[in-house]
Amino acid sequence: MQTEYLIAVEEFCACHDIEVSFISSLQRTGLIETTMIEGDWFIDREQLQQLEKYIRFYYELDINLEGIESIMHLLQRVNAMHDEITQLKNRLRLYESDNNKR
Amino acid sequence: MDFVDYYKILGVNKSASAKEIKAAYRKMARKVHPDLNPNDKDAKRNFQQINEANEVLSDPEKRKKYDQYGKDWQHAEEFEKQKQYQGQPSGSRGSRYSSPESSGSEGDFSDFFESMFGGSGGGRGRQAKYRGEDFNAELQLNLIDAYETHQQTLTVNGKKIRITIPAGIENGQIIKIPGHGGPGFNGGPNGDLYIEFSIANHSIFKRLGNNLYATVDLDIYKAVLGGELTVDTLDGQVKLKVKPETQNGSKVKLKGKGFPVYKKEGQFGDLLLTYNIKVPTNLTDKQKELFTELSKS
Repeated sequence: MQTEYLIAVEEFCACHDIEVSFISSLQRTGLIETTMIEGDWFIDREQLQQLEKYIRFYYELDINLEGIESIMHLLQRVNAMHDEITQLKNRLRLYESDNNKR
Repeated sequence: MDFVDYYKILGVNKSASAKEIKAAYRKMARKVHPDLNPNDKDAKRNFQQINEANEVLSDPEKRKKYDQYGKDWQHAEEFEKQKQYQGQPSGSRGSRYSSPESSGSEGDFSDFFESMFGGSGGGRGRQAKYRGEDFNAELQLNLIDAYETHQQTLTVNGKKIRITIPAGIENGQIIKIPGHGGPGFNGGPNGDLYIEFSIANHSIFKRLGNNLYATVDLDIYKAVLGGELTVDTLDGQVKLKVKPETQNGSKVKLKGKGFPVYKKEGQFGDLLLTYNIKVPTNLTDKQKELFTELSKS
């Protein structure tokens, strides 16, 4: 059985000094997923790092939710491109070592 | 220790108002924030610089002290001591952004800042828990090391940690070791450790993804008549059947004899061998005669 580590939204918001409505907005836009258990609202620990990133974007950099969505989309593309570059570099290394031997 | 021009860092002039400084800082923070520049190794340093500039310039007391002693910062300590004797308060708090890599530890400030203001004296807009700094490290491995899952002990910031490196790790791949970064701030969790692997290859095998490539020499007689050939793989030696009339440059695939697939136990790529047919040299008269005869047939 897989163990899930859940954090109460209320507790999380109190700890970060943010409004609960911010979490609702993130959930509505699909940026995070939440769980409701017996009337209590939770977030998965796995999402904590991502959620803290959204908090920094929203509260500290003054980026609205639409902006965060766009940023996350672009960051995903940047990361995918970064992985692709790594693969291409490795491929290039193969041919470069071939040419050096000649 | 060099003088740091905080006005230049934020791109404002000396007469800039508090509002202009705030606006300039926000603009710069959005540009250089490490969250927005995940693969930029300089992002943390750049963000730290603008954070520090804002810490000073957004606080009227600190700004006054900076303007007064800026280039002559060596006198700042003297100035502070005098103030302490006079029992004056140390000033109001400015606002400062946080980042996953800027946890508010004293290491976030330049030597210049700390000599003038004594460490991270400023507060934050929100008193919250922050994750510690993420650490980045590079680890060099040989291709042979990356072939098998193994454990390695690393020393990160004076602490020894033992990590398991899964077989099949790629050159340039980054793995995250949660909780092994800098300590959290205000009770927040520790940062993470990111290890980038640099894999050197000194073996006869070339690696592309999970497949391995190698060239094997084959004598002309075996190439023409066929036979058996023993070849090296990373998994030990294997016996290979060579088909008669094998051409130079032809390839053979040894399924499952390539590199292990990352985090997929028991799965391996293939080994692709290219035959390099060796033409005999220093032939005897008899051999030359036989080849001549063969060429006429």
